[in-house]
Amino acid sequence: MEGNTDFAIIDNYLCIRMPKEIDQHHATHIRQRADELLVDEKVKNVVFDFENTTFMDSSGIGIIIGRYRKISCFGGKVYGIHANERITRMLKTSGMHSVIEIIV
Amino acid sequence: MKKEMQLEFDANSENEALARVVIAAFMTNLDPTLDEIQDVKTAVSEAVTNAIIHGYQKKDGKVCMKARLEDTMLKIDVIDKGVGIEDVQQAMQPLYTSKPEEERSGMGFSFMEAFMDELSVESKVGEGTTVHMEKQLKKSENRLR
Ligand SMILES: Nc1ncnc2c1ncn2[C@@H]1O[C@H](COP(=O)(O)OP(=O)(O)OP(=O)(O)O)[C@@H](O)[C@H]1O
Ligand SMILES: [Mg+2]
Repeated sequence: MEGNTDFAIIDNYLCIRMPKEIDQHHATHIRQRADELLVDEKVKNVVFDFENTTFMDSSGIGIIIGRYRKISCFGGKVYGIHANERITRMLKTSGMHSVIEIIV
Repeated sequence: MKKEMQLEFDANSENEALARVVIAAFMTNLDPTLDEIQDVKTAVSEAVTNAIIHGYQKKDGKVCMKARLEDTMLKIDVIDKGVGIEDVQQAMQPLYTSKPEEERSGMGFSFMEAFMDELSVESKVGEGTTVHMEKQLKKSENRLR
């Protein structure tokens, strides 16, 4: 089920291709794997790619906040790309604009 | 037209997806819009996740989802017999979470409120929590009656 999340390190960016559905069940795996890779010193920033994502609940917001806390103290940034209208709206209503830069 | 369903399942995070699929299927013969389906799925996912992680603290238990259609009015109850909520008003505040260390954002109730028309929570410490939600679906020509 979790198999469709992809992780890649490009320069000092950790790119996470998020799964089709982001809920509490999938969040556990994404967090764990992301944090393993964040330990890699080259990683400074995180990019969440929502291209394949058709469903997200508040668990997705939690994943983003958590990674932000881990990298922001080292000057890292969090980006969100390919988010659909609904996900963008959810990020905005939860005040995530100060945490994640949404690139359209 | 009146239609009812009830689903009981283990408080296991795998069943969050099950609850979403079932509620979407329950709505389908009303020919809902994609947005309406997504709204309801999100709200159900929030309520069910809360029952599992807060109500039962990830321990064993049963979550019950009841749904009712009265014409185009959809009413949903998500019920757990878990620990209950001491201060419901506080719990429903945007960004309030009792589990910040677990990376919860405290947005669950806010999303339920945003995506549904009606939200009410009944809870007793030690007895459990019932989340009641309502949504008026748009009327459409080709809806089956
Ligand atoms: N079914 C429940 N049983 C017991 N406590 C609950 C229940 N549902 C919610 N709560 C309490 O209400 C608080 C707020 O819930 P809400 O869904 O808004 O945020 P969260 O679950 O903490 O975070 P998020 O949903 O963003 O991951 C929870 O932190 C928890 O303390
Ligand atoms: Mg919640």
